[in-house]
Amino acid sequence: MSVVPRPSFRSLAVWQRNLRVWRKMWIPSTLGNFGEPLLYLLAFGYGFGQLVGDLGQLPYVAFLASGIICSSALFTASFEAMYSAFTRMANQQSWSAMLNAPLLVDDIVFGEVLWAATKGLMSATAILLVAAVMGLVADWRALWALPVVALSGFAFAACAMVVTALARSYDFFLYFFTLILTPMLLTGGVFFPREQFPEWLQILAYILPLPHVIELVRPLLTGGSLHQPWLNLAVVAGYGLIGLITATTLIRRRMVC
Amino acid sequence: MMEWPGSSVVDDGVPAAYDEALPRVSAPMQLEQPVAAAPLVIARGLYKCYGTQPVVDGVDLEVRQGECFGLLGPNGAGKTTTLRMLLGLTPPDGGELEVLGEPIPARAREARVQIGVVPQFDSLDPDFTVRENLITYARYFGLRGRRLGTRIAALLALANLEGREDTPIAALSGGMKRRLTLVRALVNEPRLVVLDEPTTGLDPQARHHIWRRLRELRDAGTTLIMTTHYMEEAERLCDRLAILDAGRVLACGTPRALIQAHIEPHVIELTDTPGHRPSDVVASWASGVRVHRAGDLVLLYTVDPGPVLRALNAAGLRYLHRPANLEDVFLKLTGHELRD
Repeated sequence: MSVVPRPSFRSLAVWQRNLRVWRKMWIPSTLGNFGEPLLYLLAFGYGFGQLVGDLGQLPYVAFLASGIICSSALFTASFEAMYSAFTRMANQQSWSAMLNAPLLVDDIVFGEVLWAATKGLMSATAILLVAAVMGLVADWRALWALPVVALSGFAFAACAMVVTALARSYDFFLYFFTLILTPMLLTGGVFFPREQFPEWLQILAYILPLPHVIELVRPLLTGGSLHQPWLNLAVVAGYGLIGLITATTLIRRRMVC
Repeated sequence: MMEWPGSSVVDDGVPAAYDEALPRVSAPMQLEQPVAAAPLVIARGLYKCYGTQPVVDGVDLEVRQGECFGLLGPNGAGKTTTLRMLLGLTPPDGGELEVLGEPIPARAREARVQIGVVPQFDSLDPDFTVRENLITYARYFGLRGRRLGTRIAALLALANLEGREDTPIAALSGGMKRRLTLVRALVNEPRLVVLDEPTTGLDPQARHHIWRRLRELRDAGTTLIMTTHYMEEAERLCDRLAILDAGRVLACGTPRALIQAHIEPHVIELTDTPGHRPSDVVASWASGVRVHRAGDLVLLYTVDPGPVLRALNAAGLRYLHRPANLEDVFLKLTGHELRD
């Protein structure tokens, strides 16, 4: 078997299976997608924003909205690729059934990551709509944020899938949350500018993908200018690619042995 | 006889791929077909070890078109590992393997397009109803369209699950789940169906239902490979079988040939009771009789039962006289010790 994953069009059947399950729950799921960010924006944006004032020319609530779009894609995609995917792999034997059909581990991992990215995109889109209605979006350029968010969701999900591949139980995911996700959320520039941190921490935080996603999405939403979009995209895509290769390799070892 | 909807389930979506995926072999035998078709499964020196422990240790197998082939063995004999290797789910550490003309594991995906799998442990999707399970599984094979609906209706009938299309999986009994698992494996009209202990844990009614369906499948030309440790099941269903132990094939042939080759035709069973040990009686005159002890059971194997029966009657012992069966072969070859 080659090291490089070679997913086929059959990955779409995996994606479609998950969509079919989601459709049964789409009302509460969509309500959550809209409701939660709305509450956050109202509570923190206006409540907290009164204390903070503007950041540069940007009202705090607009700054926050562009950050939450990214963090929501991050958390939604990661959750799906960890808890839900693990359930399908270890508890429900859904993946075993797929492997009895003409699917390969490569298809399953790719399809699951694609699905997790889709869910990340759904939640980010909901927030974008809320933000637009609240007048926090500068212009139509904001739509470019969606493909960026989709790519980011893919990268986050691929990395989370590596953790799933190593997990023996749900508790294992707490390592990832405590050691990676939460630090990345707090240092990545979602709630306040990274520049508030000492320089060494800024550099450290910049190794992780979230600040790169924010550097792309925030200017697109608020009418700012992109500084180094190609570097940002390369880092995010790199995380996606390395995550996908690692996860596929590990899950092959786990399921086909 | 089973009735499949239409000649194939081709529909608007992806007819070419579908046709390719579904060669019809359940059709009646064609005259021009060669008498000895190439074996569907050829395994040579199949070897698999975990750590230093060989689990499958030089297995040679040939499964012919249209037969029901059984893999018999105690727990840990390597039956499931052998099946997983056939499906490309366990890469062998040695040997050669060809299934449906495809080298395995290199082209396992292509082989699996034409294989149906009934796994040992339930892998029905609990997020779905009965019908959704079949639809979703069909999608894994790239099957879709209106005629898939017709086919699914036929499969539901085959499983006696009509009227339960919208039942969630959790609400099905063990027997219903097993029946659904069986028809799910037929969604792609497979040339080969692989079953890992298809009736373990089922009540007699459910077991007979499955047996009947399997016989019908085979009669329609589908090749079956199954593992079991029920001798009755193997004797009833399997045209040929291989007895496996410690990863090796101990014997292979038709049930009748195996019995003839390994066991005297007459078996007399005696039970030791407290204070009365017929085995002691037997030991005193047992010439020409092979005596086998299994726990408190004494088995006498003989070609000529007359003298033994007369002696037993004279001693006033209770006994059971029966023809030799597959279980005798199995126990002779694999021994009586308990397996983990």
